Amino acid sequence: MAEAKERKLAAPSVSQETEAYWDAAAKGKLLVKKCTACGQFHHYPRTICPFCFSDKTEWVEASGKGTIYSYSVMRRAPVPYAMAYVTLAEGPRMVTNIVDCDFDKLKCEQPVKVVFKPTDGGPPLPMFTPA
Amino acid sequence: MSIKGKAYIAGIYEHPTRLAKDISLAQIHAQVAKGALEDAGLTKDDVDGYFCAGDAPGLGPMSMVEYMGLKPRHVDSTDTGGSSYVLHVGHAAEAIAAGKCKVALITLAGRPRAEGMATGTVPRSRGGTPTPDEPFEFPYGPTVVNMYAMCAMRHMYEFGTTAEQLAWIKVAASHHAQYNPHALLKDVVTVEEVVSSPVISDPLHRLDCCVITDGGGAIVVVAPEIAAKLKRPKVRLIGAGEFVKTQMGGKVDLTYSGARFSGAAAFAEAGVKPSDIKFAAIYDSFTITVLMQLEDLGFCEKGKGGAFVADGNLIAGTGKLPFNTDGGGLCSNHPGNRGGLTKVLEAVRQLRGEAHPKVQVKNCDLAVAHGTGGSLGLRHGSATVILERE
Repeated sequence: MAEAKERKLAAPSVSQETEAYWDAAAKGKLLVKKCTACGQFHHYPRTICPFCFSDKTEWVEASGKGTIYSYSVMRRAPVPYAMAYVTLAEGPRMVTNIVDCDFDKLKCEQPVKVVFKPTDGGPPLPMFTPA
Repeated sequence: MSIKGKAYIAGIYEHPTRLAKDISLAQIHAQVAKGALEDAGLTKDDVDGYFCAGDAPGLGPMSMVEYMGLKPRHVDSTDTGGSSYVLHVGHAAEAIAAGKCKVALITLAGRPRAEGMATGTVPRSRGGTPTPDEPFEFPYGPTVVNMYAMCAMRHMYEFGTTAEQLAWIKVAASHHAQYNPHALLKDVVTVEEVVSSPVISDPLHRLDCCVITDGGGAIVVVAPEIAAKLKRPKVRLIGAGEFVKTQMGGKVDLTYSGARFSGAAAFAEAGVKPSDIKFAAIYDSFTITVLMQLEDLGFCEKGKGGAFVADGNLIAGTGKLPFNTDGGGLCSNHPGNRGGLTKVLEAVRQLRGEAHPKVQVKNCDLAVAHGTGGSLGLRHGSATVILERE
C-alpha cells in the first residue's frame, strides 16, 4: 500500500449557492445539479445551467458510482495522494481524489464509488475508492 | 477586420538573469522595456500603448505606467496566465489596426526563485473571494504538475503515447539549450536520463518539467509606418487567435487543448497551413504541453504526437519541425512561471536570422508562436500568433 500516512484536507469554502451540496456531503450523500430545461447534469454546481443558461436547475442525488477518467499520483508531496477526474454514472466529470487503495494499481476507466473524507473544520469532501 | 499585416514586431528583449535576488520586480519590467525599445530603435516617449498581465505589480497596468513614466493612450492587462503575452501581441495589433496606438510595449517579469515560491508542487490558493471552482478543486490538492500529468495519463491511455516519446521533447530542447549561454540547463540529456529522473506526479518525471527562473522579457509591436522607418529586419504579424478552454460544465476532455481553436483561427487569418511553418515556438511548461499543442495546432493528427516528436524530429538541423531553439522553458527560461513571451522572442530571432548559428533555421520566413496559460487540466488560456519575415 503506497498510501500510509493521513493527509490533512483543507475545508472547502461554502457559499449560499452550494450550501445544499455540502450539507448533503455531511450526511454522506453526493449531489449533482440537473437542468430541468435541457435535461443535462453539470458539475461543479451552478444556479444557472452552463449549457442552456436556464435558471431551472435542481439538485439530484447521484448514485455515487463512476469510473476514473484520469489520475496522477503526486509522488512529490509529503504524503502522496492520487489526483483524479471521475466520470460520474450521471455523466459529469469531477475533480477528486482516489483514496483507500494501492496507488500503483490505479487505471483509467476503473470503476469507483464515492466515500467522504473529513476536512479541517469544514464539510467532508466526496472522494472515490475502487468499487 | 483582420489584423493581417497591420502590425510588426520591431523590438524584443530577454533579460539575461535567471535568478534576480538583487533586482525588484518593477525594475525587471523597466529593464526589459528599455532593452526592447533600444532593440527597435525607439524611445520610451514613442510608446503610446502598454500591455502587461498579472505578473506586473499593482492594479492592472497603472503602477508600471507610473514607474516607467509612460503616457499610453491605450492599455490592456488581460491575464490568461503564461499565454497572456502571445495574446497581447494579437491585441496590440488590433489596437494598432483600429488607430488606438502606434507603438505598443508588452512587458513580463517575475522572481519565483528569489522569492522561494513552490511553483509546481503545492496547490495555489488565490486568496480573497474564492472563485466558483475553488471549493470543488482546491481542497483536493491540484498543483501545476499533477493537472498537466493527468492530461499525459489520459493521452497515454487513449493513444498509447509513451514516456520515451515525451522525453524526446526534453532531449530536443536540451540539444538547443547547449548553444544558449543564458540557459539555466545547458547539458544535453538523453531519453534514458529523462525517464529515469524521479517521478514528480505520474507519469511526469522531473525532466519532463520546465525550469523555474526569474527574469522577464519585452516586445514592441508597431504600426507599419513606424516599422518602415526602423533599421531592424521586419517581422510582420499575419494571424492571431485566442481561446479559453474549460471543464465545460463537467464535459472536460483532457486530450486536447485550446490550441485547437486559437491555432485554427490564427492559421485561417494568416492564410497559411501548419506544413508551411519553418519554425515553431511552442509553450513548454511540461513535455506533454508541447505534444498536445503540436497536435492541436495541426502539425500532426490527434493522438500521433508521440510518434511525431520522437527520434529528434524537433531538433534544429535534423528534425522536420525545429522548435524552441533557445532551449525553451524546458531548459533555458520560464520567467515568472509564464513562458508565452519568450516563445515570441525566439520566433522573432529566427525570422530575423538572429538565432544562434548552430540552431538557426535556413530561410526561416514563417513561424508560429503559441502559448498556454493557467492549468492544462483545469482551465487554460490559449493564444497563437503567426509571424512572417518581410
